[in-house]
Amino acid sequence: MSSQEIPEKNLPSEQDTAHGAVAVAEDPFADPGLPPHKPRVQDIDERAAKRSERTVALLFTLSMLSTIGFIASFVAFPVEKIVYVWPLGHVSALNLSLGVTLGLALFCIGAGAVHWARTLMSDVEVADDRHPIEADPVVKAKVMSDFAAGAEESAIGRRKLIRTTMFGALAMVPLSGVVLLRDLGPLPEEKLRHTLWGKGKQLINMNTNEPLRPEDVAVGSLTFAKPEGLEEDNHEFNNEIAKAALMIVRLQPQDIKDKRELDWSHQGIVAFSKICTHVGCPISLYEQQTHHVLCPCHQSTFDLSDGARVIFGPAGHALPQLRIGVNDEGFLEALGDFEEPVGPSFWERG
Amino acid sequence: MKKLSARRRHPLAAVVVLLLALAATGGLYAAFAPAGKAQADETAQSLAIEEGKRLYATGCSSCHGTGGQGGSDGPSLVGVGSAAVDFQVGTGRMPAQQPGAQVPKKPRIYSQAEIDQLAAYVASLGAGPITPTEKQYSPEGADIAKGGDLFRTNCAQCHNFTGEGGALTNGKYAPSLEGVSPKHLYQAMQTGPQNMPSFPDTTLPEQQKKDIIAYVKTVNGEETETPGGFALGGLGPVSEGLFGWIFGLGSLIAVAVWVAAHTAKAKKS
Amino acid sequence: MSTVTDAKRKAPAGERVADWADGRLGIYSLAKANMRKIFPDHWSFMLGEIALYSFIIIILTGVYLTLFFHPSMNEVVYHGSYVPMQGIRMTEAYASTLEISFDVRGGLLIRQIHHWAALIFLAAMFVHMMRVFFTGAFRKPREINWLFGFLLFVLGMFTGFTGYSLPDDLLSGTGVRFTQGAILATPVVGTYISFFLFGGEFPGHDMVARFYSIHILLLPGIMLGLVVAHLILVFYHKHTQFAGPGRTNKNVVGMPLLPVYMAKAGGFFFLVFGVIAAIAGLFTINPVWALGPYRPDQVSTGAQPDWYMGFAEGLIRVMPGWEINLWGHTLALGVFIPLTLFGLVLVALAVYPFIESWVTGDKREHHILDRPRNAPTRTALGVAWITGYVIMLLGGGNDIFATHFHLSINSITWFVRISYFVGPVLAFVITRRICLGLQRRDKDKVLHGRESGIIKRLPHGEFVEVHEPLSQQQLHTLTAHEQYAPAEIGPSVDENGVERKVTRGQKLRAKLSKGYYGEGNQIPKPTADEYKEITSGHGHH
Repeated sequence: MSSQEIPEKNLPSEQDTAHGAVAVAEDPFADPGLPPHKPRVQDIDERAAKRSERTVALLFTLSMLSTIGFIASFVAFPVEKIVYVWPLGHVSALNLSLGVTLGLALFCIGAGAVHWARTLMSDVEVADDRHPIEADPVVKAKVMSDFAAGAEESAIGRRKLIRTTMFGALAMVPLSGVVLLRDLGPLPEEKLRHTLWGKGKQLINMNTNEPLRPEDVAVGSLTFAKPEGLEEDNHEFNNEIAKAALMIVRLQPQDIKDKRELDWSHQGIVAFSKICTHVGCPISLYEQQTHHVLCPCHQSTFDLSDGARVIFGPAGHALPQLRIGVNDEGFLEALGDFEEPVGPSFWERG
Repeated sequence: MKKLSARRRHPLAAVVVLLLALAATGGLYAAFAPAGKAQADETAQSLAIEEGKRLYATGCSSCHGTGGQGGSDGPSLVGVGSAAVDFQVGTGRMPAQQPGAQVPKKPRIYSQAEIDQLAAYVASLGAGPITPTEKQYSPEGADIAKGGDLFRTNCAQCHNFTGEGGALTNGKYAPSLEGVSPKHLYQAMQTGPQNMPSFPDTTLPEQQKKDIIAYVKTVNGEETETPGGFALGGLGPVSEGLFGWIFGLGSLIAVAVWVAAHTAKAKKS
Repeated sequence: MSTVTDAKRKAPAGERVADWADGRLGIYSLAKANMRKIFPDHWSFMLGEIALYSFIIIILTGVYLTLFFHPSMNEVVYHGSYVPMQGIRMTEAYASTLEISFDVRGGLLIRQIHHWAALIFLAAMFVHMMRVFFTGAFRKPREINWLFGFLLFVLGMFTGFTGYSLPDDLLSGTGVRFTQGAILATPVVGTYISFFLFGGEFPGHDMVARFYSIHILLLPGIMLGLVVAHLILVFYHKHTQFAGPGRTNKNVVGMPLLPVYMAKAGGFFFLVFGVIAAIAGLFTINPVWALGPYRPDQVSTGAQPDWYMGFAEGLIRVMPGWEINLWGHTLALGVFIPLTLFGLVLVALAVYPFIESWVTGDKREHHILDRPRNAPTRTALGVAWITGYVIMLLGGGNDIFATHFHLSINSITWFVRISYFVGPVLAFVITRRICLGLQRRDKDKVLHGRESGIIKRLPHGEFVEVHEPLSQQQLHTLTAHEQYAPAEIGPSVDENGVERKVTRGQKLRAKLSKGYYGEGNQIPKPTADEYKEITSGHGHH
């Protein structure tokens, strides 16, 4: 794979030999060299140059005024003041005025500097020579011999024991750093397999924080529930609701196509995990006529009338169903935890 | 004209032609695009009819059946209640114009008095959700923050953070809540129109519906405050990204072109 | 004697300071090499500057934001000035973001400048990379600088991601949840990485603090080093230039750093900052107050990442839900394949310079830029890559496009699935044809002159269009590009009749080389003889 495999003749000839020297008659495409510099208006007309100067100075002055405007706005407008500005809408007076004045103050400095450079500074193009990046062979030879001398003096080549143990020590010492990362978090263990649901846990309506009765849940309605005992001010609320969030809908029992789903339902009321099995978004875009539920993040679609199997999108398996019943007081309760891990797939899920 | 033909071969001519062509295409599209306006003129004559049943017989029975029992083109209306009629007809969704993934909102064609008559007739077919009174749906004095929390739990998944609307499966969509009256917001939660699930009082009590309405009116109304400036449709990173590319980077590149361009040379006199 | 001391005493203050510094830092030698360094003028050479300046703006505004932001997931009940959040439970991170937006004067502006600048930073890097790609500026000696730039782009993506996740709002939290789900999908180690990154189960109590140190220290630290290295190399290599009269591979033509570029580049910084500040004053970005605090059981539709993560979002959205369950283990291909593709799409960009230099076998330095048309295969590959990227961006926004163009989300997804494979191929073919067409046109122009648009009637009645011959400058510019001949494998036996070993690598290279430079894949540029023959023949048009 070395460069020698490509014959020199295949490489195109370089163009840089011409450099304006070759007679046009010989090569019509020869480089004629840098074209002569043509003056700008400002180079020959002092009045035009003066105009440019005034423009630049005006821009710099505008910038100063804008900065004063910025400070004035900062002092003048209370932070909560809202003004209506067409077509922006009801916007913060402070944000608008600070943004516009700061923008103007900065922009005018830039515009002034660029206008100055474009109209008043010399625009004569000059050529600078390049030198090859590669060192010439003499330099390279010197470096190689220096390196050889250094290596020889250190005796790293001869004293193999030193070399081997040094590499060993250097390779091992970062392990301490890796080990130190161990306490970043606990081991997964079985944590992803269990939720707060369990036998006898009542289904608590997310909205009212009251236990749900079957008659509360109408056909075509959508309700979200959490397990009894989990309150918003619990320290672990977010970690627990991330697994336990429940979506409850009621179907006509004859519409339920999946036998297990029917068995695990109560009078057509079915409870599914709200956490998408793809990557864990709270899936809940329920279409009551089609019984489809769509994930807003990646559009996995599940059929709640057919065991919540995946009918579209990137999710790999159905939403886990929670088996529910009614307790003695007439409230909906769980008959156990989810039988499979909720949420996204993971290697140990099985 | 002479000038024009002389410049016909200018290197930038193609760009100009392209821009003109694009502008023309856009203009033509705007001129011929379906306006989406109701063309239900034929139902106009029925406006004179006063009674709900007669209104129903003319405007609704062809799909929903002569007695509201439903048919192949429309569901049964027995038990949908007056709230559903008030919502569907009041937002112009009913009468529907054409079959499709979803019946869209359009300018309503019945007056409120006629809608009330229709609603009374449908309500007489079977008990169902009753049109709320103003006291029920008025967001006056409701808890906006609580409404926001409820909105994010129950509504935002389809209607977006601030009720801008969103996509559902196969061409269906959750409509934008901009400009929807408190009454219709209440009725939608109450009855669950089309594919929207319902949120009955048993799971989402009246007061919470008011909280939600108050929140929607705060974050998506005419007086909604967008302190940071123009809201770009409230659609989040997609519109922000497009804006950042087109206007942000676009204007910076325009500036760069000016900075790098050669200053005009003096004309030979 | 007295004159010398006089001169010494009269040296201006600035000079004396410079003398002092030179005695310690050697600044005069440094300035000698660089003060009048020549930079060529072209608007596309300033795209990198937009990126550099927005990076500086991000650092400046970011430092300000750290003064007010609390990177903590401790829960508080909000009682601040934004009414629709009063009484809501939220993390301190979210509460302090609301405070920056509503209670710190100018805090909202700085937050919006920071975020807009981040979007523009990534966009500018993207366009800058495309400029470098399509003009072949990545060729020797600049391959390493291409890699530095590539790393900056990738690190910029992750710095952006960790940054917009900090406020702990419902939108960004949904994005973090997705990231956690994607990490879980990694075979064997995914679950462990997730538990270590989040300090336990999702969302845990450590995410914001950890992302914070990654966002403000680790990643920007590395990026700052890379930016400095990138700039040093730009100075060291000297800028590339387009071919033109007087511009060769051994010089660089333009104007000096002092004063012209000092004013232009310095001024451009202020222009960029000014534009971004004005945008931040006029246009809302990421209104976290409207999104609500993150809760793992809440979500909103239209949940997208910032644009630079959009193509990853697209890959994830359109992937079919494949999953393998074997021997008690789950391999979530529906997540893992997009994740792998995400890496591969980026790596393809990183390694391209090395692939091309292997195909050409060219080990020389290149300082003259290619016009994209003169490298048709490279240009076509680049356009194909961009096509795939943009299609996935569309896929990432499929729900927004569905509602705003009245389309079915399922149809868009299918469209993206199919066109991700078809689109780049079509783009490749079409682009190459356009490039070859433009090459032909250039050749025509060189040989026959520019069509003037003036129609002349000849004495015998024929109408012809008058062609103006090109100036020598134009002739040179249009013929200055290099053209490679395709690499040959050579005869299968050497001169002694012994069979040569042809490795598979050699065969592949010959094939690729033919694809790049073979017959029909580039238009031979006009030769001097062709030109002379036509011009001396004179008058057949």
